[in-house]
Amino acid sequence: MSLLHWAVLSPFLLALIVPILYKLFRQIHTGWFVLILPILLFTYFSRFISLTKQGDIIMERATWIPSLGIHVDFYIDGLGLLFALLITGIGSLVVLYSIFYLSKEKEKLNQFYVFLLLFMGAMLGVVLSDNLIVLYSFWEFTSLSSFLLIGYWNERERSRYGAQKSLLITVLGGLSMLGGIILLTVMGNTFSIRELIAQSGELMDHSLFTPALLLVLLGAFTKSAQFPFHIWLPDAMEAPTPVSAYLHSATMVKAGIYLVARLSPVFAESGLWFWLVSIAGLITLFWGSFSAIKQTDLKGILAFSTISQLGLIMSLLGLGAAALHYESLGENIYLAATVAAVFHLINHATFKGSLFMVAGIIDHETGTRDIRKLGGLMQLMPITFTVAVIGAFSMAGLPPFNGFLSKEMFLASMVNVLELNIFNMETWGGLFPVVAWVASVFTFIYSMIVVLKPFTGKLQLQLLEKKPHEAPIGMLISPIILASLVIVFGIFPNLLSSSIIKPAVAGIQPSLAGPDFQVHIAFWHGFQPEVWMTIGIIAFGILLYKTLPKWQKITQWIPERISLNAFYDNGVRGLERSASFVMKVLMTGSIRTYLLSIFLFFILSLGFTLYWKDAFKLDTGNFARISIYELVLASIIVIGSIAILFARSRLTSIIILGAVGYTISLFFVLLRAPDLALTQLVIETISVSLFLLCFFHLPLMASRKEERMTFKLNNALISIGVGVIVTLIALSAHSNKLFDSISNYYLENAYKEAGGKNVVNVILVDFRGLDTMFEISVLSIAALGIFAMIKLRLTGGKDKS
Amino acid sequence: MRQNDLILQTVTKVAAFVILLFAVAIFLGGHYSPGGGFVGGLMTSAAIVLLLLAFDIKTVTGILPIDYKLMIGSGLFISSLTVAGGLFFGVPLMTHVYHYVDLPLLGHISLHTAVLFDLGVYLVVVGVTMTIIQTIGESE
Repeated sequence: MSLLHWAVLSPFLLALIVPILYKLFRQIHTGWFVLILPILLFTYFSRFISLTKQGDIIMERATWIPSLGIHVDFYIDGLGLLFALLITGIGSLVVLYSIFYLSKEKEKLNQFYVFLLLFMGAMLGVVLSDNLIVLYSFWEFTSLSSFLLIGYWNERERSRYGAQKSLLITVLGGLSMLGGIILLTVMGNTFSIRELIAQSGELMDHSLFTPALLLVLLGAFTKSAQFPFHIWLPDAMEAPTPVSAYLHSATMVKAGIYLVARLSPVFAESGLWFWLVSIAGLITLFWGSFSAIKQTDLKGILAFSTISQLGLIMSLLGLGAAALHYESLGENIYLAATVAAVFHLINHATFKGSLFMVAGIIDHETGTRDIRKLGGLMQLMPITFTVAVIGAFSMAGLPPFNGFLSKEMFLASMVNVLELNIFNMETWGGLFPVVAWVASVFTFIYSMIVVLKPFTGKLQLQLLEKKPHEAPIGMLISPIILASLVIVFGIFPNLLSSSIIKPAVAGIQPSLAGPDFQVHIAFWHGFQPEVWMTIGIIAFGILLYKTLPKWQKITQWIPERISLNAFYDNGVRGLERSASFVMKVLMTGSIRTYLLSIFLFFILSLGFTLYWKDAFKLDTGNFARISIYELVLASIIVIGSIAILFARSRLTSIIILGAVGYTISLFFVLLRAPDLALTQLVIETISVSLFLLCFFHLPLMASRKEERMTFKLNNALISIGVGVIVTLIALSAHSNKLFDSISNYYLENAYKEAGGKNVVNVILVDFRGLDTMFEISVLSIAALGIFAMIKLRLTGGKDKS
Repeated sequence: MRQNDLILQTVTKVAAFVILLFAVAIFLGGHYSPGGGFVGGLMTSAAIVLLLLAFDIKTVTGILPIDYKLMIGSGLFISSLTVAGGLFFGVPLMTHVYHYVDLPLLGHISLHTAVLFDLGVYLVVVGVTMTIIQTIGESE
C-alpha cells in the first residue's frame, strides 16, 4: 500500500465517515467536509505533472490475488494523470457548487455525498489501474454509483426509469468488456495493460483479436453513450444538476473515451479499430447534434450535445489510429487528431461543466428548464448570462475561446483524412469532412439555442414558478472558474501543451511520441481549409438558427414508436413479461413444486454427469470395518426416516426428524468429530424449536388418503432417485482418490502457522477465514430478508410511498 | 390458553445461565478445543430460545433488550475489520497475530486476533438466529 493507493482509496474511506459527519454536524452543510478531499487529491495529483512531463511513469503495486496475477497496480502516466486531474479538479468545483445547489434542510445529503464519493473513488480507480480486472471492478463500480446518483430523487418515477436505463445499458456493455478482457488475457497471458501493449504486435495475428476488439469497444461505446447506446444519457439527466455536470460531462461518460485511448496501443493498428471507432464517433456526433435541436429541456439539449461532443472525441481517437501507419514523426499529420482529441477532452470538460451549472442555476432560480417558458433573463442574471455566453460560444467553436481551437483542429484532421491511402479510405473517406461539417453546423445552432433562448427575448414571468434573480455568489464561483479557464485556454493554448497534452498523447501513442515529439497549438495558421469551414459553419448556422421555426419539424421525422427508445422500452417490457411468465410457472407458492424441480434437476444433472464422465467407481479395499454401534445408529436413522413417512401428525414428524438429527450427531461422536457433533446437536435443538414456532402458520396436514396413487408413486421414485445418486456419489468419491488428502496439511500447519490446536476452528477463522466471512454475510442477508418479508406481510404488504 | 409451566420456568432460570456460561466457555476455547464462534453463537441462541419457550417474547425482550439486527451489523463490522486489519500493517488480508501472555488467575494463555474474528462470527450467528426466531415468533 503506497500513498497512491491511499489516494484512490480515500474517497471510499471518507464515504464511510460522511453519514457520521452528517449526523454530528447538522447545522453545517456536509458538502464542506467533502470538499476538502477532492482539493487535497487535486494538489496531490498535480505534483506528478512535472514527472510525467519528462515521460516518467509512476507505478505502485499492492498484491491482491497473486496466484492469478491480479494485483492492484496503479500507475500514473500522462493519460491517467490528465483524467485524474479532471476527476478531482472538476470534482472539487462540482462539490462546491452542490453545497449551494442542494439545500441542507430538504435533501438527504448524507446519501448524496456518499454516492458522489463512491463514484469519485471508482473513477480514479478506472483511470489509474494497470490491471484489467481491477479496472473492470472499478468500471462496474462507476455504473453502480451513477445508478444511485441518477436515482437520487428516487420518489420520482422518471429518476428511477433513467437510473435503471443507464444501469442496464452500461452494465451490459461492462459485461461484454469483461469478455473482451478475458480474451485479451488468454491471448497475452497477462492482465497488465502495460504488458499487453508491449506484445501488441503478436496479438494482432491472434484469432481472438477481432472478438476481443469488438467486445472491448462495446463496453467503451455503451459507457461513452455512442450511437445507438446513447439513449440512456438524456434520461440520466433526471439526476441533480451537480451530478449531471460531473458524471455526464466531465467524468463517467469519458470512461469509455479513456478506455479507447488506453487500449489504442493494443488495437489501433488494426483497420477494424480505425473504422469502428471513427465511424461510431462520427455517427454519434451527427445524431447527437441533430437531436439536440428538437429538445425543449435545457438539460436535454446539453445531454444530446454531450453525446455529440463525445462522438467528436471518439472519432478523433479513431483517426489518430492512422498515425501508427506512418513512421516519420515530422510529417505525421494524423497524430494531430490524437492531440486534438486530448485538447478537446479538456475543453469539453470546462465549457460543458460551466454550461450544466448554468442550466442548474436557471432551474434553481426560475423553477423550470423549459426553453419555451424561459426568456429575457439577461438583465436579471448578468453574471450567469456572461458565463453562459462564454460556455456556449466555446461549444459552438467561436474565437477566442478554447472550443474554437479544438474545433479547428478537429476539422483539420477530418480534411487531412482525405489524403489517407490505407484502410480503403478512397471509397468512403470523402464523407468524413462532410459529416463533420454538417454536424458542426448543428452544434453551432444548439449552442445558440442554449444561450439565446433563456437569456434573450421576452421575459414571461407568469410562466415561471419563481421570480428570477441572480444566483447566490457561492453557486457562481464554480461556473466562473470554469468559464475563465475557457478563456485562458483559448488565449494561451500552449499553456497545457507540454505539461498535460503532450504526456497524454504519449500515453495514447507511445510508439510515436519520442523525445523530439512536441505539441504546439497555433491560434492562427493562415487561411487553411478549416478556417473556411468555420466561416461556413457560422454563416449557415446563423441562417438556419434564424429560420429554425420553419424547418424544425424535420427533426421530428422519426415517429416516437420506431425510435431507439421505443425499442429499448419494448425490450425491457418483453423481458419483464417473459420473466413473470417463468415466475408464474415455477413459483407456484407450493413448496412441493419447488422441491420437485430441485430434486429432479439434482437427479438428472448429477446422474448424467456420473454416466457421461464414467465417474462411478467402487473400491471396497479401503472401506473401514463397520462396528456394532454404527450399525445400530444407522438402523435408527433408517427406521426414523421411514417412520416420518407414516407419521399422522406434524408434531410426530418433527420429533422423529429431530431424533434422526440427534442420531447423526452421535455418529459424529463415534467418528471423533466433536466440533461437528456439537454443532449438529445445537442446530437440531434450534431448528426443532423453529419448526414449533412455525407450527402456528402451517395449514393442516393433508390427509394422506386424498392423494392419488400416481402422485405417491412419483414422489417415491424421486426420493429413491435422490438417495441412489447420493449413495453412488459418496461411494465413488471415497473410491476415487485423485489427490492426496488435504487434511494432513492442516494437521501439520494448524499449530505452526495459526497457533491453534483445534484444526476445524483454525480452518474456519484462519486458513479459510474469507469463506467464513462471506458465509456470515450470506447468513445476515438471509436473516434480514426473512425479517423484511415477514414485517412487510404484517403491514399488509403496503408500501408507504 | 395459558398453561401452568412453573417447572419449566424454574428449571429454565437456572439452565439458561448454565448454557450461556457454557456457550461463552466454548466460544473462547474454540481455538484449542472443540468450539468456536459458530457453535458458541448457536448455543447462546439456544439458551435464549429456551427462555422464549418458557416465558413469552415480551418478558424476554424485557430481560434482554437487544436489537438483534444491530447485533448482526456489529458482528459483520468486527469481522470485516479483522479481515481488513492486515492492510494497515502491510501484510495480506486476514493475517492473524497471536501472542502468549501470563495473566493473574488465568495463567499462561494466548491472545489471538482470530478470537476477534470469531467474536464477529459469534455475534452474527446469535443475531441471525434470534432475528429469524423473533420475527417468526412475533408474527403470531
